[in-house]
Amino acid sequence: MDVIWTIAKKELRSFFDSLIAYILLGAFLIFTGFLTWIYGLGGGSDIFMRGQADLRVFTEVAYWVLVVFIPALTMRLLAEERKTGTIELLLTKAVTNRQLVLGKFLACVLMIGIALLFTLPYYITITTLGDVDHGVIICSYLALLLMSAAYIGIGLFASSITDNQIVAFLITFFLGLIFLVVLRFTTATLSGSMGSILNYLNFHTHYEGIARGVLDTKNLIFFFSIIFLTLQLTQLSLAKRQ
Amino acid sequence: MDIRIENLTKRYGPQTAVNNISFEVKPGEILGFLGPNGAGKTTTMKMITSYVNIDEGNIFIGGKSIATDAASLKKHIGYLPEHNPLYLEMAIMDYLGFCASLQGVSKSEIPARTREMIRVCGLNQEKHKRIGELSKGYRQRVGLAQAMIHDPEILILDEPTSGLDPNQIVEIRELIKTLGRQKTVVLSTHILPEVEATCDRILIINKGNIVADGTANTLRKQAKGQEVLQVTIEDGDPQEIYSKLQSLYTSQLVDLVPEQPHQFLIESVTEMSSKREVFKLCVQNNWVLSELTPLETKLEDIFRDLTLN
Repeated sequence: MDVIWTIAKKELRSFFDSLIAYILLGAFLIFTGFLTWIYGLGGGSDIFMRGQADLRVFTEVAYWVLVVFIPALTMRLLAEERKTGTIELLLTKAVTNRQLVLGKFLACVLMIGIALLFTLPYYITITTLGDVDHGVIICSYLALLLMSAAYIGIGLFASSITDNQIVAFLITFFLGLIFLVVLRFTTATLSGSMGSILNYLNFHTHYEGIARGVLDTKNLIFFFSIIFLTLQLTQLSLAKRQ
Repeated sequence: MDIRIENLTKRYGPQTAVNNISFEVKPGEILGFLGPNGAGKTTTMKMITSYVNIDEGNIFIGGKSIATDAASLKKHIGYLPEHNPLYLEMAIMDYLGFCASLQGVSKSEIPARTREMIRVCGLNQEKHKRIGELSKGYRQRVGLAQAMIHDPEILILDEPTSGLDPNQIVEIRELIKTLGRQKTVVLSTHILPEVEATCDRILIINKGNIVADGTANTLRKQAKGQEVLQVTIEDGDPQEIYSKLQSLYTSQLVDLVPEQPHQFLIESVTEMSSKREVFKLCVQNNWVLSELTPLETKLEDIFRDLTLN
């Protein structure tokens, strides 16, 4: 655990050293802030016009922003280590593949966690505006975090199979577009057994399930299995070099 | 801890990088690993540090197999990879602290160990810089510092002096020599005087095979069984000296040195020395022996002989 934490700390630090963290936090807060409080999604749907004390607009915007930002966060994680050869340095120390992968994963999840933490003032503001369903809001934060974690797993795997960061970004972004965006809008048109598989892989259904305020184990299992699977694949891909 | 390598083989596709090699390195020994590019030096070192898997054979460190106990053994190994990869955006102190903590150095000891390495590797003036701001020589020192930060019993150094200036090379060699008294050191290099200066033992590897193993002296003997003397004999007729030298029972071949009428090269019969006979001959004839130098085969020649076929 010490080793995982050491790697995670170093990684988080390099997010902040290389400005990635500030760009991510800045853009995340500007986008979500602007759309949640001022503009809304489509004419007059900002928080004041909706007449409902909830964070629907925020979570919706955050979802979209994360689709773009997570690939940017994960692309360099392992690709850069492979390119510069520092991965050899890490793995010849008392570090296992698993510890390395978990450390990097943890750093990214914490980074997203920090971004979400910065939006807590939104929540606090909302509570002063009216009756808030606290359960729903906590669940939608949880849903965003789980969705991000699963997406980070995909990004980490993409970063482990190439030493080119751009390639890693594109793979992750492309998979993100399919599972987080395209499937969301094609759900209704898909049928048959293939259709039901694709519908099951639709991140948005599971995300929405949790964000509505229901902690259905089915949805939790979905995200945890994606995380487990992608991290396992990443370890395999690291082990393949040998 | 000792390193024992048994019948080690590594293949990359159809290419055999390391072919059934076996050797041992004892504690307190500095082994120089020599060979042309692509001979298998780096691959062997990567297998010792368990960065690449072993195809056949085994490596034992302190009696434990690297194939099964890699996780616990890695703590005892300090490794400087080829090309010395580093996190350029990190500050030196942070980087060394990071490496120490990965190697399981306890939190309370990290500052002391870091300071010690900064001192030993001569990084004191640069210690607050980021690694990316350092010159190549200083980066190499950082590479050495991270390899030794946890005071490992085994040091694997892949070209430790590359990129250093002559003064730094001498310093680093001294450092390795001092460390080598208590540790087991394997270092690879292209620089032949370096192995002579630092290593107790030399291992020459070519196309994945060990072609020579021994001290610099034994290698010389192996390479050239005959003694070659360069002598200068004055106060005599060069022709007469020449014929008398040739008639010595220990000498096999005598050569004149061009433009030096009194200088001769004597190649002795295998496993015999002509030194005494030459001296006696001079005494008998009242000649002045003003030079008698045994010519050593250069390590370069041995290296070329062994690796160019």
